[in-house]
Amino acid sequence: MADGRTSTGSSGSRLLGVITLVGLASLLLFAFVLTEPDVRLHPTTGEKFGQFDAVRLIYLHVPMAVLTYAAFLTCAASSAFYLVRRGAWWDVTAHASAEVGTVFCGLVLVTGSIWGRPVWNTWWEWGDVRLMTTLVLFLLFTGYLALRRTAADPQRQARRAAAVALIAVLDIPLINRSVEWWENRTLHQQSTLAELKIEDLTLFTLMLGFLVFGLVFAWLMLHRFRVGWLEQAQARHDVTLAIAERQAEMETLDVGAAIGESGGEK
Amino acid sequence: MRELLIDARLIAIKDLRIEARSRVLLNQVAPFALLVLVLFGFALDADQRTLRSFAPGLFWVAVLLAALLAVQRSTSLERADDAQTGLRLSGMAPSSVFLGKAAAVFLQLAVLEVLLTIGIVVLYGSQVDDPVLLILTAATAAVAVAATGTLYGALASGLGARETLLPILLLPVLAPVLIGATRSFDDALGTAAVDGWAWLGLLAVFGLVATALGALAHGAMIEN
Amino acid sequence: MTHIGYLLAGWGIALVVLGLYGCGVVRRGRRLSRSVPEGERRWMTAKGESQGG
Repeated sequence: MADGRTSTGSSGSRLLGVITLVGLASLLLFAFVLTEPDVRLHPTTGEKFGQFDAVRLIYLHVPMAVLTYAAFLTCAASSAFYLVRRGAWWDVTAHASAEVGTVFCGLVLVTGSIWGRPVWNTWWEWGDVRLMTTLVLFLLFTGYLALRRTAADPQRQARRAAAVALIAVLDIPLINRSVEWWENRTLHQQSTLAELKIEDLTLFTLMLGFLVFGLVFAWLMLHRFRVGWLEQAQARHDVTLAIAERQAEMETLDVGAAIGESGGEK
Repeated sequence: MRELLIDARLIAIKDLRIEARSRVLLNQVAPFALLVLVLFGFALDADQRTLRSFAPGLFWVAVLLAALLAVQRSTSLERADDAQTGLRLSGMAPSSVFLGKAAAVFLQLAVLEVLLTIGIVVLYGSQVDDPVLLILTAATAAVAVAATGTLYGALASGLGARETLLPILLLPVLAPVLIGATRSFDDALGTAAVDGWAWLGLLAVFGLVATALGALAHGAMIEN
Repeated sequence: MTHIGYLLAGWGIALVVLGLYGCGVVRRGRRLSRSVPEGERRWMTAKGESQGG
């Protein structure tokens, strides 16, 4: 394994992996030790309010949310390129970014829910636009991945998956708009970063979160892309192998017929 | 353009004629949709006040579930006896095939919606405050569902496990239609104070985009 | 520290899921690359040995 020849690792990706792990460790240090909890004093009553230590989930949740959208946009863009150029590279990229994006999207929903419980006092808020849009997005790309797992001619599947990804992304503004009108209220607005007491260190930690989860994303994408590429190579290889086998079989049959033997099995 | 519509009409008539002879929609899908209404009644307790206030949403969930069946029926028509190849050899533009099939699904959905409207009036005690808005909403949403459904039906056909794949692909995409049509019906049936006409606009945009997209993309979906 | 359970759950779930997913991807890659001939694994060449990818 260590020689790297039978894995998706390369010296570049291994370096990236080490940097990512160091980054994660330092992010944990900043998020849990060095930053202060979000405690504010009410100007008139002097009461303490804010997100307290729950704010430490923001350093995880917000970067992952942004990366989720980036992943789905990458998927849509690669799908469009695939439909125009028909290159396998675009297809593999679209599939990889959809899968990694769906993992991130699921985690965004889970961490958001866990954060919402202490801060909004509810696990789930139906009236929140971003929450609902993200959930529908998650379901849309679950469907995309389900389509990817069906048995079909690879090119046909790739083309249809590309169409599904494009429609899914086109649908996002409509979903967003309709949910926004649906329950004209949004909790995200009340407690976004704009209102958070942002100090230098908080902001720095958030930026570090973007960087570190960006690295995690890049590492996953790199390996997932290579897996996709290998899958295609394997499919090609299997076909070549099968053709060779049939040809060998035919030759044995011919020889068998010529010398009057029955059949050429085995 | 004129030829496109003539061909589309031929396709729609073909699908409707098959329906008239097989009666799958009438004998299976329509009873299923009414059954869904009855099941909601059982599930939500037999309190007509509750049912009446939820009637718009229940109506549209029933429409979407029935639409899944209608779309699956519509695409399976082309799979049987390799009718798809016949259609391609006929030299009709894929866009007109799409428009024709979507139109047939639309008409079937319209029949279902009439039955379901009678259903919610009789079973849930709904009262129609604004019949014009009700009819326009039902028609516009049916266009949106029929166009999107036909496109996704073509998308899922020729792939493995398509029967189970179609719902997971189609239903999330139709989320805005469900929300919009439900809110618009809230206004038309007087169950909530909302502006149904604004929602009708959203449905119209969705329907137009889905029809245009379907007409353009259908060729690429069925080309092999 | 307040909300310690929520914090542990949020960060824990996220890191564990990402870790498991990453391991799964790597394992898939290892299994696949064994069944693909050498020349097709284009990025897995040792230093100096170029396959033109």
